[in-house]
Amino acid sequence: MISKKSLALLLAGALSTSVAAEQFTAVSFGGSYGETQQKYMLDPYMEKTGNEILFENYSGGVAELKAQVESGNVLWDVIDMEVIDLERACSEGLLEPFPMDTLPAGDDGTPAAEDFAGDALANECGVGNIVWTVLFAYNNDTIKGGKPMTVKDLFDTKKFPGKRALRKRPQVNMEWALIADGVPKAEVYEMLETEEGQQRALNKLATIKDDIVWFDSWSQAPQLLNDGGAVMVQAANGRIFNAIKAEDKPFEMVWDGHLYDLDVWAVVKGTKHKEVAQDFIRFATGSKPLSGMPDIAYGPTRESAYAYVDKSVIPMLPSSHLDEGLKASSVFWADYGESLGEKFNEWLLK
Amino acid sequence: MSRFPRYYSPLQKLGSVSLSVSAYVVLAFLMLPILVIIPLSFNAEPFFTFTEGMLALEPEAYSLEWYQQIFSDDQWVLAIQNSFIIGICATAIATVLGTLAAIGMSNSDMPFQRAIMAMLLSPMIVPLIITAAGMFFFYTQLNLAGSYLGVIIAHAALGTPFVIITVNAALAGFDYSLVNASLGMGAKPTYTFFKIIMPLIRPGVISGALFAFVTSFDEVIVVLFLAGPEQRTIPRQMFSGLREEISPTILAVATLLVVVSMLLLLTLEYLRSRSERIRMGEL
Amino acid sequence: MSAHLSIEEIAQSQKQLRRKKVRLLAFTLPLLCFVTLAFLAPIATMLYRSVYHPTVSQLIPQTLTEMQQWDASANSLPPAPVLETFSVELRTLAKQRDSGKLAEELNRAVPGSSSLIKSSARKLKRLEEEALLTGGGQQLLDMHKKWHNPYLWTSMKKLGNVWTERYYLTALDLERNQKGAIEARDTQIYLKLYWRSLRIALTITLLTALLAFPLSYYLANTSSKKANTLMVFVLLPFWTSLLVRTTSWIALLQTNGVVNSTLQSIGIIDQPLEMLYTEFATIIAMTHILLPFMVLPLYSVMKNIDPSYFRAALSLGSKPMPAFFKIYFPMTLPGLSAGALLVFIISIGYYITPALVGGTDGQMISNIIAFHMQSSNNWELAAALGSLLLILIVLLYWIYDRLVGVNNIKLG
Repeated sequence: MISKKSLALLLAGALSTSVAAEQFTAVSFGGSYGETQQKYMLDPYMEKTGNEILFENYSGGVAELKAQVESGNVLWDVIDMEVIDLERACSEGLLEPFPMDTLPAGDDGTPAAEDFAGDALANECGVGNIVWTVLFAYNNDTIKGGKPMTVKDLFDTKKFPGKRALRKRPQVNMEWALIADGVPKAEVYEMLETEEGQQRALNKLATIKDDIVWFDSWSQAPQLLNDGGAVMVQAANGRIFNAIKAEDKPFEMVWDGHLYDLDVWAVVKGTKHKEVAQDFIRFATGSKPLSGMPDIAYGPTRESAYAYVDKSVIPMLPSSHLDEGLKASSVFWADYGESLGEKFNEWLLK
Repeated sequence: MSRFPRYYSPLQKLGSVSLSVSAYVVLAFLMLPILVIIPLSFNAEPFFTFTEGMLALEPEAYSLEWYQQIFSDDQWVLAIQNSFIIGICATAIATVLGTLAAIGMSNSDMPFQRAIMAMLLSPMIVPLIITAAGMFFFYTQLNLAGSYLGVIIAHAALGTPFVIITVNAALAGFDYSLVNASLGMGAKPTYTFFKIIMPLIRPGVISGALFAFVTSFDEVIVVLFLAGPEQRTIPRQMFSGLREEISPTILAVATLLVVVSMLLLLTLEYLRSRSERIRMGEL
Repeated sequence: MSAHLSIEEIAQSQKQLRRKKVRLLAFTLPLLCFVTLAFLAPIATMLYRSVYHPTVSQLIPQTLTEMQQWDASANSLPPAPVLETFSVELRTLAKQRDSGKLAEELNRAVPGSSSLIKSSARKLKRLEEEALLTGGGQQLLDMHKKWHNPYLWTSMKKLGNVWTERYYLTALDLERNQKGAIEARDTQIYLKLYWRSLRIALTITLLTALLAFPLSYYLANTSSKKANTLMVFVLLPFWTSLLVRTTSWIALLQTNGVVNSTLQSIGIIDQPLEMLYTEFATIIAMTHILLPFMVLPLYSVMKNIDPSYFRAALSLGSKPMPAFFKIYFPMTLPGLSAGALLVFIISIGYYITPALVGGTDGQMISNIIAFHMQSSNNWELAAALGSLLLILIVLLYWIYDRLVGVNNIKLG
């Protein structure tokens, strides 16, 4: 005897599959990352379901998101965020909590909760899709003085003369300054909470300040490395990997002290396409789509995805170098991002 | 040196020559940057520099791929469409409202003339960043953010001062006795407006409209704050491109925009010579 | 007919004048309404947002009411009722997933309190409301030692003020210390930026004046046909998109760009010069972009200067240089000052070019306003900074109006 409930579900199922194609907006960071997502996540999804996805670029931060959600005029439906922004956006009610129990098992049968790496599902609003990292790279053709191997070398302008390109914000720069000054990785964030620690980091940065070229977005790093604007650049590892593999540039990555973090897919609060947005995330964080991320040297967050990954690429992934690096602390930056941002801006103006 | 008047001393000749030279240097300074990007837009490599192949004028170093990119990339096509839609609508609003206002303002009997003129010209004076921030706060409350209407209204507001100035200038030499004569002979006001006033100020109206169009077409900051992903315009796309992507497609777009500017310039020159001839009584 | 108008005639003409005025107003009214709504209301909103800050008072209203009886300057913790009410309200916020908003606000005043609020909120969610109302606030205090800091609580109370001058103080690099007096902040950023923007704007104005003068003079004193042809080279940049011009400067000033490659191939330099992403780049690019704004008014004024004045001075025995400065130059002032005003006011509020080529050194005040709008989400501070900039511009404009008069602006 079919219960009323299952009848209702059947009807709902039948209706939903015959619903006309939905169009929704997905937002991510563009560049080769965006292209890879387009290739492995968006295009296959569009093909499979017939829905249309408008793919937008942004450069991070929660400001635009906040503006949309607060005005009630939500234009973005699915968003790819860094964990630090996720932390903030979720606790301010800008994202919908994601029903984690609806995540499918990996292609090898492992249940989602075990398949995903530890932090990937830590926040209730986002599902992790990549492990990426900020490291520094140099150009074999332009580097002088040997081959830099550690963060200390980044700060050593005597041995390795030339310009360094850093992103114009305190994140990563402060951590690297302390690491280069000899602070053990495990103590970095504790020290940065104190006045002395912050001043120590800024002082260390001051020692190379004249040789720093500041950039605003990750795409500028490989440009600078290529056209001679800098001999060492801070970069998202995927962009450098792309330059090496796809454009044959003579760049080398340095893994020492890299600051790794996750990116997640999240659903914007108040979106008119909540169902399909969640459906998309379920698909996009499946084993097969995630396995495309190593194309640009981003580690997939599911174990089961590695089965599809080209073995030669695995050493280039952040997940293979976790010991040499430090996990970026989203809690620390949520607390001190603004005040350190001001201090940093002031220091820049000097 | 037959160009100099005979009474010029050598020092004066030197002064005159250096004057002309400096004038041409400044002109070169004005033109070179714009001319430089034109060949760069044909660079086969995805970077903003002249490759050796290009300098040697090898044909393989040049390519049209960035131009093809523009029209095959959905985002650019959307941006081009949006720029024109928004530009034309904003210009229409600005021209109509601005012309009417200028006609009212040009008469010295207009009450509160200075105060109202200051108010109407204020969009031109206030720095765009402030206007954009304020519009963001206000339009969001009215649910106009992220909509075509919001951007169009914003751009129209920015364009009206230009229309007022040009139409005002065109009305400066306007002889009101013509209007009085027409009304006195029994013509209806609307008839007088369209048959007497409009033809004489038409060049002013059109050049004001062109200014308003260019203001909208070239505007970035307000679009940055107010527009949603569906209302991206050409400058908005170029701005992200320069900040985040740095792809040479921008150079191709830039070259096309230079061509558009040239066309605008020619139109304006034609109108100006027309209005001069009208004033001289030749037309 | 008598020479004076009769009373009826006067009344009649006054009536006609009134009707005319109404008609003229009717022409202007549509635009006036439109500008008020589309432009002036937004500016007013921005001014409003720079002092109106209801966020915290909306998040923890009851706590703030309880706090009114508490003397915050006593440097002690608030009494138990305050702590109890706050615990309950924070728990409610946690359930609504709004605790992050309070966290962000408090974090601005007391860095480090963001994680405190969020973690305490999470823990409070697991407790019962009843227990919190009778617990004397102990549960909260036990969660973390930071709750024992009176400064945290005084800041919270201050944040509850709906109308505040806090953002204006910050925009001027000031703040109120614990005793309530105004003093300089630890970090000094904004005054420097205002000063830098003024300095850059002034430099650009001077450069454009220096460059425009010979060009306009040459154009004004050469044959009309030649002038019209050459004018095209001034007008084309004028009509070219500002982004296009900025793009071309990026291409020119890059490390491997046109300028560096040329200088290197000629042999003037060995190493490429670092020109892009500097104040130099901002200044030179903006000078290029704003030059037509100086050339056009100057040219239109110079064209109407009668050359016989200068020639008369020369024939009366004056040397060219003094004659130039005493006779010619003063006559160019209306055009020069119109151009200077335009260039100065535009440069001071400029955003695009410094954002794209300025790097860090070439950032101007508008860039940090945009930063607070888009990245740090501190809209109130952005509004305060913007309002100060607006006041500055209005002041400059008013000074100019008193000195020269604005009805003489022509667009060539």
